[in-house]
Amino acid sequence: MTDVPAPAPSTEALPHLKSDYWPILLPIILAAAALPLVGNPTTWLTLTVAALAMGMMIFVIASGLTLVFGLMDVLNFGHGAFIAVGAYIAMSVLALLSGWMQVDSLAWNLAALGLAVAVAMVGTGLLGWAFERVIIMPVYGQHLKQILITMGGLIVAEQLIHVIWGGDQKSMPLPAGLRGAIVFGDFALEKFRLLAVAVGLVVFVSMTLVLNRTKIGLLIRAGVENSEMVEALGYRIRRLFVGVFVAGSALAGLGGVLWALYRETLTAAIGGDIMVLVFIVIIIGGLGSVGGCFLGAVLVAMMANYTAFLAPKIALASNILLMVAILMWRPQGLYPVAKR
Amino acid sequence: MLGFILSGDYPKSRVLTGILVAIVLGLAFAPFLFPGAAAINTAATICIFIVLVASYDLLLGYTGIVSFAHTMFFGIGGYGVGLALYGMNPTWGAVGIGLALALVIGVVLAFLIGLLSLRVRAIFYAMITLAVASAFLIMATQFSEYTGGEDGRSFRVPEVLRPGYRPFSGPILGLDITGRVLAYYLVFVAAIVLFLTALRVVNSPFGRVLQAIRENDMRAEALGYRVVYYRTVANCLAAAMAVLAGAMSALWVRYTGPDTTLSFAIMLNILLMVVIGGMGTMYGAIVGATLFVVAQNYLQKLMGTAAAATEGIPLLPKLLHPDRWLLLLGVLFILSVYFFPTGIVGRLRSSARKAD
Repeated sequence: MTDVPAPAPSTEALPHLKSDYWPILLPIILAAAALPLVGNPTTWLTLTVAALAMGMMIFVIASGLTLVFGLMDVLNFGHGAFIAVGAYIAMSVLALLSGWMQVDSLAWNLAALGLAVAVAMVGTGLLGWAFERVIIMPVYGQHLKQILITMGGLIVAEQLIHVIWGGDQKSMPLPAGLRGAIVFGDFALEKFRLLAVAVGLVVFVSMTLVLNRTKIGLLIRAGVENSEMVEALGYRIRRLFVGVFVAGSALAGLGGVLWALYRETLTAAIGGDIMVLVFIVIIIGGLGSVGGCFLGAVLVAMMANYTAFLAPKIALASNILLMVAILMWRPQGLYPVAKR
Repeated sequence: MLGFILSGDYPKSRVLTGILVAIVLGLAFAPFLFPGAAAINTAATICIFIVLVASYDLLLGYTGIVSFAHTMFFGIGGYGVGLALYGMNPTWGAVGIGLALALVIGVVLAFLIGLLSLRVRAIFYAMITLAVASAFLIMATQFSEYTGGEDGRSFRVPEVLRPGYRPFSGPILGLDITGRVLAYYLVFVAAIVLFLTALRVVNSPFGRVLQAIRENDMRAEALGYRVVYYRTVANCLAAAMAVLAGAMSALWVRYTGPDTTLSFAIMLNILLMVVIGGMGTMYGAIVGATLFVVAQNYLQKLMGTAAAATEGIPLLPKLLHPDRWLLLLGVLFILSVYFFPTGIVGRLRSSARKAD
């Protein structure tokens, strides 16, 4: 007698995708664990909301990088340059529109900000296009050279920022309508944080929808699996991938604007400062997954905010510990991209 | 004899041999040849960076590991010796204790990071080391009651190395021998010994396995070499060497702080030196470090002159501003990754091979 089970009928050959909700619980667990440590519920709520806003900004910055890595297998260490360039372009535009910024009307403020963001995204998108053509194109498939060459690109871009905008620290004030907070009893909700959360959610939802529900998303995902096949079907997959790179760079520009407004100051090294958190986020997320990147960003921001309150000296180190812990649990990150 | 000292790894190019001999002789007689505190400081910096870059090349060029945590080990060496001298009396005993502690901490840390992440791909490792190194930098500035924070710590070195120490009554070959000169020669001799050790390592059977792993880790594994073991050992060796470079730097500068030992800017400099000098060629460390440090110190003056000369032309003076020297080296870096990936040394060697 053999106990070999009969092979499954071929009509059921398509495996059912396993839903995996455990990582989604992590931020909730983290927030719940922090509540007794922080003690005061109002403080805890402020910290948590601040963390959400910060997480959204980190997500916007990291999403472009993780997109480019997940789809094109390019790790761009020069991503920080796009962040800084986006912020600087927005600063220049806002300086031109200073009249719109100082009016005490939210509509004009948002119009100025929207215009600045649009110009910044177009600018960083174009820069990303040039970066892809000149710097990255010859080194597809060679990780070591990619790291080195994009590092070189970062150095050159940072120096060019100094050439164009000067080397000193710039200030980047928030428009009048976005300053201050909405107060509910003891709890104050800063307006800018609300905006950051909204932008982050919009980016997340639209990225997920484009990748999973549109033909372009389908082609991109198919191109990752088997680019020759997609080419043979008559689609120019290379052009599509360049588009992905441009979109990723534009997202970095958007994130840079948000981040600079949040800090209200701006230096050429602004991208480098945040890149460490961004790398932790995309490692935690699983290198290439948009959902993982989103969760990772929220987790990292929460960890940073809670520890900054509880034990400020170990704020960044705590994120390393978080990364180590998550990698022990899931060595490929929260939502590993299946192909790799 | 020479073959033994150089572990059989000759420069293999006449031009390269000439350059190397000139650099080594220049460094050996630097206090006599180039008078002045600035020149001897440049020479000592070159010696320190030769060791640091050689140790990094062991990782990047010979094993194919991209680590961004190398300055962390450099810093551990610097802080180890510096804080020991700061906390105890400035004696050789304190130097020894500080160095021993730093070596242990550095190697253990390298081992742990290695175990955690060397199993993964190059890209992963690069990001994890970047994160760990920046966490270390922030910790060093945060725990200011021990490390001096942003300001760092100035300390006194053993008496023999102080500028006031004079072993001889008169000048020798026209130079007053002071403790500073002795300190320079300590750094110089240590650099020579460490460099030759690194050369020995990469030309040993162990070093050959590292190169095999760099070329194709799957195949090396299939041949029966345990890749993780070799990578971890290479990581620890490079870390130990970087710790020693940090100790040399502390003894020479008599100061340890985050900007001089731990900062990301130094990491970038090391990367530039390795790539421009030549990845996977130990001699690239000598050429790269010398070129870079000299450029850092003298290119700026040159660029200042050029900027003044091009006054009135739009943009050009800004591009040639002395603070933009890194721009030129960045471009050179990108060009070398493309067009001569084995750097200056590899280029010279291959043109020598063609001439034969």
